Amino acid sequence: MSARFVFEGGRVLDPAAGVDDVRDVAVAGGLIAGPEAAEGAERIDARGLVIAPGLVDLHTHLREPGDEHKETVATGTRAAAVGGYTAVAAMANTQPVADNAAVIQAVRELAAAAGLCEVYPVGAITKGLQGEQLAEMGEMVEAGVRVFSDDGHPVPTARLLRNALLYVKAFGDDVVLAEHAEDPSLVEGGHMHEGALSSALGLAGRPAEAEEIVVARDLVLARATGGRIHLCHLSSARSVELVRRARSEGIRVTAEVTPHHLTFTDEDLSTYDTDLKMDPPLRSAEDRDALRAGLADGTIDAVATDHAPHAIEEKEAEFDRAPPGTIGLETALGVILTELVHPGFLPLSRALDALSTAPARILGAGDHGGPIEAGRPANLTVFDPDQGWVVEAPFASKARNSAFLGRRLRGRVTHTVFQGALVVADGKPTR
Amino acid sequence: MNEHLLSMHDLSAADVTRILDTAESFREVGTRVIKKVPALRGRTVVNFFLENSTRTRISFELAAKRLSADVINFSAGGSSVAKGESLKDTALTLQAMGADAIVIRHSSSGSPLQLTRWVDAHVLNAGDGTHEHPTQGLLDLYTMREKLGRLEGLRVGIVGDVLHSRVARSLSFGLVKMGAEVTLVGPPTLIPPDASAWGVQVSYDIEGVLPKLDVCYVLRVQRERQRLEYFPSVREYARLFGITRDRVALMPEGGLIMHPGPMNRGVEIDSDVADLPRSVIEEQVTNGIAVRMALLFLLLGGAKGEAA
Repeated sequence: MSARFVFEGGRVLDPAAGVDDVRDVAVAGGLIAGPEAAEGAERIDARGLVIAPGLVDLHTHLREPGDEHKETVATGTRAAAVGGYTAVAAMANTQPVADNAAVIQAVRELAAAAGLCEVYPVGAITKGLQGEQLAEMGEMVEAGVRVFSDDGHPVPTARLLRNALLYVKAFGDDVVLAEHAEDPSLVEGGHMHEGALSSALGLAGRPAEAEEIVVARDLVLARATGGRIHLCHLSSARSVELVRRARSEGIRVTAEVTPHHLTFTDEDLSTYDTDLKMDPPLRSAEDRDALRAGLADGTIDAVATDHAPHAIEEKEAEFDRAPPGTIGLETALGVILTELVHPGFLPLSRALDALSTAPARILGAGDHGGPIEAGRPANLTVFDPDQGWVVEAPFASKARNSAFLGRRLRGRVTHTVFQGALVVADGKPTR
Repeated sequence: MNEHLLSMHDLSAADVTRILDTAESFREVGTRVIKKVPALRGRTVVNFFLENSTRTRISFELAAKRLSADVINFSAGGSSVAKGESLKDTALTLQAMGADAIVIRHSSSGSPLQLTRWVDAHVLNAGDGTHEHPTQGLLDLYTMREKLGRLEGLRVGIVGDVLHSRVARSLSFGLVKMGAEVTLVGPPTLIPPDASAWGVQVSYDIEGVLPKLDVCYVLRVQRERQRLEYFPSVREYARLFGITRDRVALMPEGGLIMHPGPMNRGVEIDSDVADLPRSVIEEQVTNGIAVRMALLFLLLGGAKGEAA
């Protein structure tokens, strides 16, 4: 990693250091370098561009092993790099499930071979994601796992979650259990937010209270055990309120929200577009606005993509048969800029905190999230905040099930620096 | 009119009136000895039924045949669909065979709309999941108008499992469009969330509603809903919401009893009620053919792209 280059005249926005000013950033030997390294280095004109810590995604489905027809570690990390991500947390719902150190290690090796983005495999909380027996979390912690999740479902019983929260205390204070909060008995057979529109469209609903019930349960158990809970992809206004209150009471909880829940509402489903089918579902405008407010005031720590690639023929099906989810790595920054930053709902520095610094902290990704200081690992995202573009297939991802297809965005990644190497330059992957 | 019939929302009040008027002229064809007109000679109508249905399929088949169209029946069992072919690929096959109209019945809500993205043929929704069944809604409107002389201002109660009923949705949307007053009646667990957004009233008190109804429209209640915890027992459902002779006596003189069939006698409707003169359930079936003839004629009568 001997590349040496310098971004000249960019706006350095570094939430970790509280920095926002125009200066040069030099990279040498895999690290952020001092000004002396700029001499003789490749010069990259960064005037008008923003230089930020590399983005970090807490919620990516890379699908490998087992579902390589949807995505692979190589294609998924390529999508991540194109979207400005230098680290992603890969969810455990692969085949076989990432519930043991061997699968964790295999995913990490695939990522290292691709060399585009650091992958932090998430371990399963229960064996095979079956919700019955705890997975061997100790072994996975030794293999470097810090976040565990049965994503797709919550841990089904209060007893099992309580035991999981207690059990991981043996491994220190920073192990996090990430929950997909939807009560299974209330969402079974449901395909969209329950409300006037689901009634009119004849689609069984997934009511907001399904999420709120699990959020409330999890907060109670986090308090009782002193354990750490991370709430995935919050979707309802009352969930945000529950988290807000819990934080004020000192409960150890963090939360994420997706770009699609910040953008769309259930009204957008009136054409049965399967690319907009999500678990949890897109909800009402009031819910979306509460999510935006929660992200702005820090109740919700992070923006996470829930990048969920599916094959064309899987999404090109009847609405009730199509799998839920949208890809998101390549559009997240553009969507947040377009929907929240440019209209004035969210300061750019807070947006980058939520896309990089905060998730890096939750994930324990010490090489990511800034600060952008000499001697630190060079993981950077450089973007043009004003470049207009239209979301279109093909993507760097193997999949094309984007909820944002056809939308015009303002703001696009131009360069991604991963471990000191330019893995994306002028918007295109270099490897 | 649109080139497809997917939902009652596709139709204006004027469209509905034109369909019902056209059906009236076709109704007479069914009374002839030779029940056939040449209106759609040479056109191909595919009945694409991916969910079991006898009465709707036969009704569409008769309607198309009385218009002299060529009719193909394609059902799920034993077909390429049973072998795992996707809806899209099957639709493209029908398209390649030159279907002018595809009448689709499917257990998935929204599938007729999806079909229109893949084929050029006119698509008629013959019932999609728990979404809509617009031809049933239209034949019900036809029957009400024929029997009571108007739709505007009619007071119609729709009783039973509204939550899972595509018939209730199409009928509600159609009646509201035509200026009728609709009340949904049933156990709260079987009334769709936020149904009042449809412009209808909701009541849980059948005996309070019946004295104010011109039409009591009874929905089929499936016994399996009991297992799924929507109500405690068929017995209790019948006791609280079943349409009995005593309850019918609460209705104004001349009020109609309707049911889309097939009936569960003794559950949502008592046998002796179904056989009363004010029950027009068989006429609904007869009218269904005329209404479907009207729809096929209006959609296919002109060349594609021209106003039908």
